[in-house]
Amino acid sequence: MTATVTAAPLMAAASTDMAGGEAVMFCTVAPIMVLAALGLLFARKAVHAALGMALVMVLLGIVYLAQDAPFLGAVQVFVYTGAVMMLFLFVLMLIGVESGDSLVETIRGQRVLGIGFSLGLAVLLVGVLWQVPFGAPAGTEAANENGNVTALAEQIFGTYVWAFEVTGALLITAVLGAMVLTHRERSERRPAQAELARLRIRTGPVKAPLPAPGVFARHNAVDTPALLPDGTPCDESVSRVLVARGQTQEAEVYVRGTARICSELSSPLDGPPGPGDRGGTGEDGEDGGAATGKEGEPQ
Amino acid sequence: MLSAVLFSIGAATVLLRRNAIIVFMGVELMLNSANLAFVTFGRMAGDIDGQVIALFVMLVAAAEVVVGLAVITAVFRTRRSASVDDANLLKY
Repeated sequence: MTATVTAAPLMAAASTDMAGGEAVMFCTVAPIMVLAALGLLFARKAVHAALGMALVMVLLGIVYLAQDAPFLGAVQVFVYTGAVMMLFLFVLMLIGVESGDSLVETIRGQRVLGIGFSLGLAVLLVGVLWQVPFGAPAGTEAANENGNVTALAEQIFGTYVWAFEVTGALLITAVLGAMVLTHRERSERRPAQAELARLRIRTGPVKAPLPAPGVFARHNAVDTPALLPDGTPCDESVSRVLVARGQTQEAEVYVRGTARICSELSSPLDGPPGPGDRGGTGEDGEDGGAATGKEGEPQ
Repeated sequence: MLSAVLFSIGAATVLLRRNAIIVFMGVELMLNSANLAFVTFGRMAGDIDGQVIALFVMLVAAAEVVVGLAVITAVFRTRRSASVDDANLLKY
């Protein structure tokens, strides 16, 4: 198929002589790629833009594969989607996913000018490419005679070996530069664990470990505060993350249940035991599980 | 053609977005579209130099990404902002 294929993407819109399989592939991939790239332009969240970009990279790898460049296609997927875009995502996580894009125009008229220039550039490039008469492509079969990777290696380690060496130096310089740029010098000594423990005993409000969350007869979860011996809920027993998210349960129902059980337990001791007391427990059994919490377990 | 469209979108991203990371991704998109053009023209010309040059562009782009993201991280650490407008330390 590839022997008769004419120029792939550049001729896409204009050419009618692209071979069937590749034409179908290109017509499928190209719109997706353009849409993903537009997603980069219009996505409100940076993560979505990065994902759209990763999609563009994968699709570019596919296009390279279809264009007799299997090595380049594989490297594209490895390097760009594997390494570069993941690096982007890591940095996005590092500096905050929600660090949004301010849409305030700081330079007056910049957006209009930017859109104008971009559209002008698009028209210019597309127009020029439209007018260029493309002949039938030579194809890379002759160059790929011994295999694409072999041919590439001959070029890289033969003709372009000097550029290759310089690229190695460039990469090492980039790594060193990144390390220097992201390195942070500590201005004071890092406090050791013993010092942190002493500081906590001296200044901290809670010396002992924090109390465990509530353990009740009918409810046992970390989102319910424990009850102190006097029946009040203990706020420290719930994780402050859950409190901040508003995901804690109300301890009120358990407070009431505990109070009622206490009153029932204490009534036979205080007053004469009688049938009224039996009735009390029967009533408690009647209204079921709603309010019959047992006592908390404060530390 | 696709390469031209992608290049234009990348340029628009660089010009229009304010988040430094997204601007950076626009630069990457432009580099990639140039790569696509290299590969395609190399195939039309019938030699493999286009692929070699695209490979070198990829290498240089990787180095550039590393340094650029390091710069963005460093700027964010000191200025608590990833917007390209806030980096005006060299202005006055």
